Parts: sequence; C-alpha cells; structure tokens
Amino acid sequence: MIRVQREDFDVGAEIARLSAGKTAIGGVCAFVGLVRDMADGAPVGEQKNNAPVGAMTLEHYPGMTEKELARIEAEARRRWPLDDVLVVHRYGRLEPGDRIVLVVTASAHREAAFDACHFLIDWLKTQAPFWKQEETRDGRQWVAARASDDEAAARWKKA
Amino acid sequence: MTVRILYFAYFRERAGRSSETVAPPPDVATVGALLDWLTAQGEGREKAFAEPALVRVAVNQEYVKLDHPVRPGDEVAFFPPVTGG
Repeated sequence: MIRVQREDFDVGAEIARLSAGKTAIGGVCAFVGLVRDMADGAPVGEQKNNAPVGAMTLEHYPGMTEKELARIEAEARRRWPLDDVLVVHRYGRLEPGDRIVLVVTASAHREAAFDACHFLIDWLKTQAPFWKQEETRDGRQWVAARASDDEAAARWKKA
Repeated sequence: MTVRILYFAYFRERAGRSSETVAPPPDVATVGALLDWLTAQGEGREKAFAEPALVRVAVNQEYVKLDHPVRPGDEVAFFPPVTGG
C-alpha cells in the first residue's frame, strides 16, 4: 500500500495495522527516514559548506508520485515473497527530527523482509518524483541528487 | 497540437511558471524536439533547461527518454533528478 501525505505517521500503529491477523508473517522490517539537521548534499549552483538546515520543504508531482511508488511496490512484490508492503511518504515543510518516509515489509522470513525494504528505499530515492529544498543560514537551496544514491539503486538492477 | 507542460522544483522557479499549455509547430514530434522548442521560446524556460544532463522527463506521468513521441493532449513534465526518501 502506498500513501503520500502531509501529516506525520505513527510507526508502531502502522506496523500493528499491517500485521494484524496475518499469522503467516514471520518478520516485519521497517525503515524510517528522518530530516537531518546538516546539509551534506551539494547545493544547486554553488557549493556551500554544511550550513545547518533549519527545515526543508518537500515538493512532489501529485499523480506521478503515487504511480511510481505503486510501480516500485509491485516490483518488490515480484522479486520477493512478501505478505504486505507499506510505503508512506510525506510532503510539505518538515523540521529536523521529523519523519519523512516509512517503508515496511512483511514476509514469512526475515531475508525477504530485509532485502525488499532495502530495495524499496533505494529505488524510491532515485525514482519517486520528490524534491527537497533546504532552508539554511545561506538561504533556500534545492538539494542536488547524489551519485551514491544512484549507486545504491544500481545494486538492485541485476534481479 | 497542444500539450500541457509541467515544471517542478528549481525548473519551476527558473522558468517562472509551474505549468502552461503550448502549441508547438507540427515538426515538434519528440520530447527532445519539444525541449528545444521550449528553450527557444525563452522567458526563463531556457534557464530551467540550462544543464541538459539534469533534465528528467515524464510523459503522462511515466519516465521517458528524449526520443519519446509527443502527441496532442499529452502531459509532459520536466524536472531535475529526484531527491526524496
């Protein structure tokens, strides 16, 4: 299941809801992405040194975002025997420490849950149409994409 | 032919618009040709597309390459590499 929302989410409640009554599930793996207080992405335009981030705003492409996330979920389900998948991604203005994204996978065995969760967050970061703009001491900066994210996603290309 | 153009993130800021409906000439048959035509229209659009390596395109909400055809009524979105998650 895919959700794109402005509101925060409750990790425990989401996991409880996802696994309730499904006794075939042997393991649940969850990844929670948070807003960090340091900018380490190369800013668009000129490079600036790790100016602290006050907050960030996440823009997205309504419609395509949901389609891409659903496509990524379908790909994870094709590759691993999953009992359930949940991806919640927030948009709007977020402050350091706020939750941005939740990926939960449930499977009979832990390997599938771990691998699918890792795959989902890696692919989501390079495919889902979200853009972060950080507020720093030097003003607002769009976060530049990182080569390391592309490399992380490329690891899953083989399957 | 009219197509709906969407701009996101700093492409939107540089182009000075989030969307527009345009009517390119008939020889604009691919996403790449549309990109060139929009760039030639100027008024900020050329700034959005100043770094060709950073231009990502979706037609009707699916990623495509520059040789993808453009058809009447298409929704064509231009945006920089994504940074979610």
